[in-house]
Amino acid sequence: MRIYLFATALLAVMLSPSVYAGVFELTLANGLKVIVKEDHRAPVVVQQIWYKAGSMDEHTGKTGVAHVLEHLMFKGTRGVPAGEFSRRIAAAGGRENAFTSNDYTAYFQQLHKSQLPLAMKLESDRMHNLNLTAGEFSKEIKVVMEERRMRTDDDSHALLQEKLMGAAYLEHPYQHPVIGWMSDLEQMTVQDARSWYQQWYAPDNATLVIAGDVYHAQVFELAQRYYGNIPKKGQSARRLFSEPVQLGIKRMVVKAPAELPLLVMSYHAPNIVDPLHDWKPYALEMLAGVLSSTDSARLNKHLVREQQLASSVGASYDSTSRGPGLFSLEAVPSAGQSVAQMEIALRAEIAGLIKNGVGADELKRVKAQVLAGEVYKLDSVFYQAMQIGQMESIGVGYKAIPLMLEKLQAVTTEQLVQVASEFLQDDNLIVAVLDPQPLSGKAMQPAGEANHVR
Amino acid sequence: MYVNKLLFSIMLCCIASVAAATPTIQHWQSATGARVLFVEDHDIPMLDVAVSFASGSAFDKSGKPGVAKLTHELLDLGAGDLNEDQISTGMADLGAQLSGSFDQDRASVSLRTLSTERDSALSIMARVLQYPVFSESILMREKTRLIAGLKEAETKPELIADKAFNKAVFGSHPYASSLSGEISSLETITAQDLKDFYQLHYQRAVVAIMGDVTRVQAEAIAVQLTRYLPAYTEQSSLPAVVMQIQSSEQRIFHPATQSHILTGTPGMSRKDPDYFPLYVGNYILGGGGFVSRLMNEVREKRGLAYSVYSYFMPLKQTGAFQIGLQTKKEQANEALALVEKTLADFVAKGPTEKELIAAKQNIIGGFPLRIDSNKKILDYLSIIGFYELPLTYLDDFADNIAHVTTTQIHSAFSRHIHPGAMATVIVGAPEPISGPVGAQNQ
Repeated sequence: MRIYLFATALLAVMLSPSVYAGVFELTLANGLKVIVKEDHRAPVVVQQIWYKAGSMDEHTGKTGVAHVLEHLMFKGTRGVPAGEFSRRIAAAGGRENAFTSNDYTAYFQQLHKSQLPLAMKLESDRMHNLNLTAGEFSKEIKVVMEERRMRTDDDSHALLQEKLMGAAYLEHPYQHPVIGWMSDLEQMTVQDARSWYQQWYAPDNATLVIAGDVYHAQVFELAQRYYGNIPKKGQSARRLFSEPVQLGIKRMVVKAPAELPLLVMSYHAPNIVDPLHDWKPYALEMLAGVLSSTDSARLNKHLVREQQLASSVGASYDSTSRGPGLFSLEAVPSAGQSVAQMEIALRAEIAGLIKNGVGADELKRVKAQVLAGEVYKLDSVFYQAMQIGQMESIGVGYKAIPLMLEKLQAVTTEQLVQVASEFLQDDNLIVAVLDPQPLSGKAMQPAGEANHVR
Repeated sequence: MYVNKLLFSIMLCCIASVAAATPTIQHWQSATGARVLFVEDHDIPMLDVAVSFASGSAFDKSGKPGVAKLTHELLDLGAGDLNEDQISTGMADLGAQLSGSFDQDRASVSLRTLSTERDSALSIMARVLQYPVFSESILMREKTRLIAGLKEAETKPELIADKAFNKAVFGSHPYASSLSGEISSLETITAQDLKDFYQLHYQRAVVAIMGDVTRVQAEAIAVQLTRYLPAYTEQSSLPAVVMQIQSSEQRIFHPATQSHILTGTPGMSRKDPDYFPLYVGNYILGGGGFVSRLMNEVREKRGLAYSVYSYFMPLKQTGAFQIGLQTKKEQANEALALVEKTLADFVAKGPTEKELIAAKQNIIGGFPLRIDSNKKILDYLSIIGFYELPLTYLDDFADNIAHVTTTQIHSAFSRHIHPGAMATVIVGAPEPISGPVGAQNQ
């Protein structure tokens, strides 16, 4: 579920100066920013192109179009027929895919370093030559609907998350799911995809990240050759959204087929806007770590191990996004425990933390994990490229990465208490509960019965 | 796409230099009996270690499924003089990461640590492996959590499908059992069951070491992690899997919007002589990302599914061959018929030369991506050691792929896969079935 993705992103965001070394950048005349991370450990390379357009840039009634376009980017250009992009990358020994988030859309290929020119040729081609046909659209929109059924409609936790986001954000477009609402998908046309492509796919709205066994001067030359002639479109100022202050607790229930209930408590929380002067987002990152970075962190130790009220529990927060964030607690109650008891227990954890403070050892432990993570990250070229692309796409910039690491290391226990008491309060809270429904619509069979078939 | 044989042979020349860049694997038998595989690499100041045992779910005694899983789960929940919190905070304070993996054959414990914290982290890991406590109260707690998870799994269409599929493919073989056991058996498991299982199945270790240590240090680490394991006794090996199964189809009710379809049969073992022809053939059929036949027929041409795949799961004994997809209920029958036709065609005729060339280009050309990180190399060391594959497995990989012919693929598929004798499971089946009913077996 999405919340877990946030949790992994949490400790993943930060880079050390050592990782920052070996990064080179150049902006082409057409506005394309090219960033190269040299890493010569293995003869491989990754190309990632990041477009600053995600589901938050969509309008009501057209949700899901960013992601649909991502699918259609594999459906051919004037010179490369449908399916041929994937076939050529495969024939070069490559792996490829793409992903769309609230904030951005990105495409990548991993290959032997000798195949970089091929990947750049193909990727630059579809930046401006995409051939969007009604025929390909009509097939692919069905694929996307199947994806929505699989990932959301038939997954109770994902469904809860989708409805929680819809309730948490009134004005901000984070209220809409990345995959799009089904009725929007049903009414979408190839012209919607075309307009999206024309508006956002341009060198001056993209970041190209190349990482691996390459030399930056050569990469810049290749970038100029393949991407340099694509005309810029000139990006107009973006509509800025804020989220009106929530004036009181919101509660919601989602009924869906499941066995176990799930409680999610999400509090509105800021994201990093000014990496140098902000301090609260860093404190919130460390707070999530103190609460749930290990099995012996507060939430699991107290609620799963000691009191045995929960079957699982976690805290999550992502400081790095284009729009306003959420700090979330979630728990699956143990058999026999109610969701209400679970909520009381989670609230008691937060109240206890605010009243009694946080041990220096707890915070130090999270910092040690963050620091070690900086070294472990060197084992993945792909991941290093991901961080650079993500930081560029949300507007913070990759150069802030070492600074962010320093800021995290500078967080104090007092600051943890301060952000907990400022943000983790009722007026700011959305409580979402999954109310499990039997599959048959009838009462569930008693536990322990062997026949699970209904 | 135009590819000729000349081009292909040129590519193979280039591949030779890639193959030469495989890591140098050092191998020895430790005085403790452990089989050790080691790659020395000082690029990053960190160390990865994985210790594997033949103690997966297939070793559960009948009537006690779940013991293997719980034994593995409880290793780091109390060991020697350390309680569970001291183990996890101890590792976290060092910035070290202790993790595990568990399947039908194998249970393993892995450590990633900074070089500077290596000794402290290994000392905790050594206790986890050799002095697990198996506390009764922690077992009670973990059983409760596992049972909750199993109950939840019984509501998830993909997990219901997995379970029914394994039963249909493996029958009475231990590979049919769920990794986590059954709710009814979990309730009867005691700490003594775990201690007994540990004594019997955590004797001989395979130790994989990758990273920033010298050979001398690696030798000492292997001893440190395995010296006090239970004494070695002769073990009976897993029974063979019955290869030819009866055709079956189960349609299981579920309120989901999609049908989850699985179809398959026993496939191959790790040491099957047909391993490479089946591997390459499967790439063409349904393993090769966006370019496989199944993907092309089901998704690209008709938009019937988001995900459709086929794979072989090679195990110590024969593991499953499986094709899977999800599609909205109304078109489940159509999609299944299309999958069956695609498979039958492939088994009857084999791949084309053009498809084989494309497959080789991808698998051989992509070989460097398989070994581009310490983590990936560590996983290969564990697999090579555990399944006793040749130490030259990585060096020979490209050649083994390059030598596969269309005839070999055709022959291997027609001997291993019988489209008329497949186990098929459809959860969330299109026909509405009123009230709670059992599976319909044909």
